[in-house]
Amino acid sequence: MPIEFDPPKPIVQTQFVLKTVAEEMMRSKSRYYDEHEHEIPWDYIEFMHTAMKAMGAGSLAPKEKGNGHEGEEQKEKRPPIAYQSLAAQIEALAWGDVGFYLCTPGGGLGAAAVQAAGTPEQRAKFLARFAGEKPTFAAMCMTEAGAGSDTASIRARAVLDEKTNEWVLNGEKIFVTAGDKSLTPYEKLGKGFIVVWASIDPSAGRAGMRAFVVEAGTPGVRVTKLEHKLGIRVSDTAAISLVDVRVPFDHILGSPTVEKTTTGFKGAMATFDATRPLVAASGLGVARAALEFLKEKLAENGIQIRYGLPRQKLTAIERDVIDMDIMLKSAWLMVIKAVWMADNKHPNALESSMSKVKAGDVGTKITQKVVEILGPLGYSREFLAEKWFRDAKITDIYEGTGQINRLVVARQILGYSGAELR
Amino acid sequence: MYSFELTEEQQMLIEAVGKYAGNDLRAAAHDAEENHDLPKKLISKGWELGLLQASIPEAYGGFGERSAVTGVLAVEEMAFGDLAGTLAVMTPSLFATPILLAGTEEQKQAYLPKVIEGDWAPYTAALIEYAFDFDPLALRTTATLAGDEYVLNGEKAFVPFAKEAEAMIVYASLEGKTQGFIVPKGAAGLTIGDEREKLMSLNALPMYRVKLDNVKVPASNRLGGASGMDFEPVLASMRLAAASAAVGVANAAFEYSKNYAKEREAFGVKIAQKQAIAFMLAEMRTEIEASRLLTWEAAWKLDAGKDNAFTEAYLAYMGAADMAMMVTDRAVQILGGHGYIREHPVEMWMRNGRGFATFTGLAII
Repeated sequence: MPIEFDPPKPIVQTQFVLKTVAEEMMRSKSRYYDEHEHEIPWDYIEFMHTAMKAMGAGSLAPKEKGNGHEGEEQKEKRPPIAYQSLAAQIEALAWGDVGFYLCTPGGGLGAAAVQAAGTPEQRAKFLARFAGEKPTFAAMCMTEAGAGSDTASIRARAVLDEKTNEWVLNGEKIFVTAGDKSLTPYEKLGKGFIVVWASIDPSAGRAGMRAFVVEAGTPGVRVTKLEHKLGIRVSDTAAISLVDVRVPFDHILGSPTVEKTTTGFKGAMATFDATRPLVAASGLGVARAALEFLKEKLAENGIQIRYGLPRQKLTAIERDVIDMDIMLKSAWLMVIKAVWMADNKHPNALESSMSKVKAGDVGTKITQKVVEILGPLGYSREFLAEKWFRDAKITDIYEGTGQINRLVVARQILGYSGAELR
Repeated sequence: MYSFELTEEQQMLIEAVGKYAGNDLRAAAHDAEENHDLPKKLISKGWELGLLQASIPEAYGGFGERSAVTGVLAVEEMAFGDLAGTLAVMTPSLFATPILLAGTEEQKQAYLPKVIEGDWAPYTAALIEYAFDFDPLALRTTATLAGDEYVLNGEKAFVPFAKEAEAMIVYASLEGKTQGFIVPKGAAGLTIGDEREKLMSLNALPMYRVKLDNVKVPASNRLGGASGMDFEPVLASMRLAAASAAVGVANAAFEYSKNYAKEREAFGVKIAQKQAIAFMLAEMRTEIEASRLLTWEAAWKLDAGKDNAFTEAYLAYMGAADMAMMVTDRAVQILGGHGYIREHPVEMWMRNGRGFATFTGLAII
C-alpha cells in the first residue's frame, strides 16, 4: 500500500469513545487520586473491565490473529492494525490520565511478556483470566535495587528442584507497576500474576536470564512496599520480595536450558521492541493534554497562534506553541511508524527505540514549557498542568531511560554490538 | 489506513534519483561550490530523470500526474547528493508547477509544453525579497490593475537563473494578497542585476536580484486569470520542497559524520564507540526521521486535499529548518577540525543548513 496517513476507521471510532471515557472517568478524578496516593480507583477499574468485556477484549494486549478491532470478523484481507489500535488507545487514555491508564485491568506488561515469550499452552493457561468476571492484573518484575537498565546484573535466582520439578525463586524486585493489584487478594479483583526475571545460571550472564510466572497467593511472594512518587500516583509501584517461592516447571517462559548465546535474552528484549512505542504513545497522550490545555487558556485570553508566519514575525509564545506542535506531531508519527512495522512484521528495533527517545524528550519538554508559559496557572494545583508535568517525566525513565534507548539507537545505526558500544 | 511503503514506481524513481545524486551531484558539488559553476551537462542529466515531466499530464506534453508525496521523496533523495545542483535541476518547476496548480487552461496550454519539451530550459520564479522579515504572504512588491494590464513594482532577490530566463513568475501583493504574474524575458521595466547574489552557500547556483519598475503585463498573465490564484497550495508546495531538501542535506551530513566516526580513532577506539559521539548520532538520526515523517504526512495531506495541509506543510518546513541546522552543526562538530576544512563537505552542508529558514521559493514540488 502506498504512503498514507488516514487513521484506520476503527482507530478513529475508538479514539472518539475513549475521549468520553477520559473526560468522564479520568479527568474528573485526576486530582483526587493524585492527592490520595495508594487509594485504588475502583470505579475506573470496574468500568474499564466491563467496557472491555463488552467489546470482547479481555486485555489491551494485541490478539494473535485479530485485525485489531476485537469482536469484528475479518471478512476481507485487511492490513493488520492491532498494535496501531493499541497505541492509539493508550494515547487516548493517557490523554485522560496516564496514571489511570496504568490501572487499566488486563495484564499490562506481564501479559505482554507471556504473549511474546510464552508457548500456546502457556498463553491459554495464563491469559484466559483477563476475560473473566472480575478485573484482573498482571505485572512485570525486572528491576532490582542494583539493576535497572543493566538487566544482566539481575540477582534474582531460579533453581530447579529436580525432586519436585519446581522452580525455586529468590530475590527482591522493585518498581513493579501494578504489583500490588497483581498480588494482593482484593475481593473485587480476580487472581493475578507477576512475571519475574531471574537467572537460572549466574555464570552465563544474560544468556541465563529467564522469566517466570508467579501466581498471586503463591507462598513466599509478598509486596513489601508501595513507593511514593513524583507523578502517576494513582498507579501502584510495588517492591516485591520472593523467598523460596516454588512454581511449577512449566511456568518458565522460553527454554529451560542455557546455551552460551544470548538468543534467549534477545528474545526477551524483542518484547521491548513491541512495547516501547506503546509507552511512547502514553507519554504523548500526556503531552497532548498539556498542549491542548495551554491552547485553550491562550484562546480564552484572546491569543491566537498565527500559523504560516515566518519566525521573525512570531511572538515568543507563538514560537513555543508551534515548536511544540512540531514535536508532538512528529513524535506521534514515529510511534505510528514503529507500531505499523510491528503489525506488518518488519523488524523495528531502531524505529521502536527512536520513538521512545523522541517521546521521552517531547513529553518532558512540552509539559515543562506549558507550566512555564502558564506561569502561576501552570504551577498551581488548581489546574492539572503541574500534574502532567510530573506525570510526563516517567516516560523518559520507564521501559528504558532516554539514555538506554539512545544507546540502542546508536548500536543500530552504527552496526555495533553491546561490546563495541558500551 | 497508515502506510509507509513506497509504490514500485516511487522505488524505481528514487533509485534513479539516488544514483544521479550519489554519482553525479555529489561528485561535482565541491568544485561547483568553489568555482561558482555548475556544469550544464550535469543539470541536463538531472533534468532527464523527468521529475517535472512526470508530474505534468499528457494533455500538456508530460507523462504523468503530480504527486506531492513523490515530490518530497525525490527532492530528499536528490538533495542528499547536493543542494545547489538539486535547486538548479528543479528551477523550471518554479515556473511550471504553479501554472499546473493554479493556471488557467490557456496558461497551461501556452506554457507547460514549452517548459518540458526538450532539454532543461531556464524558466524561473521570483518570490523572495531582500528584507529581514520577508513573508511570502505579505509581499512588498505590488501589483495594481490599470485597464487591462497589471503594473508590477518592487525588488526581488535570490532569483535562480534570472539572467537567462525565458520567462518568470513574479509574486506580488495585489490588494494585500499574494498573486503570481507571468513576466516574459525582456519586459520593459524589468532589470536583472549584473552580478550574481553572494550568499553563504549555494555559490554554484546563479541567482540574481530582479527589479520591477512599472513592469506592465496583460491581465491574462495573472496566474488563474481574472479571479486569480489560491497561493496557499503553491506556498505549501514550496515549503515542502524546502523541508524535504533539508531532510536530504541533514541525512547527507549524518551519514558522512557517522562514517567518519566509525573510522576515526581516539584513545584506542573509534570515536563512534564513545557515547558522547554515539548519542549525538542517535539524536541526529531520530530528528531526521521525525522531520521526514512530518514532511511525508504534509505531502500526503496536500495530495489528498485535506483542509489542514497548508498548516501541516508550514509545520513540516519550520521543523525541518531547525532540524537541518542542528544536524549539520553536529556533523561538523563530530569531524572536529576536519569538519571546518572545506575538503570535507560537512561545512558546506552546515552553510546549507542555516539557509532553509530563508529558502522558501527556491524550489517547489
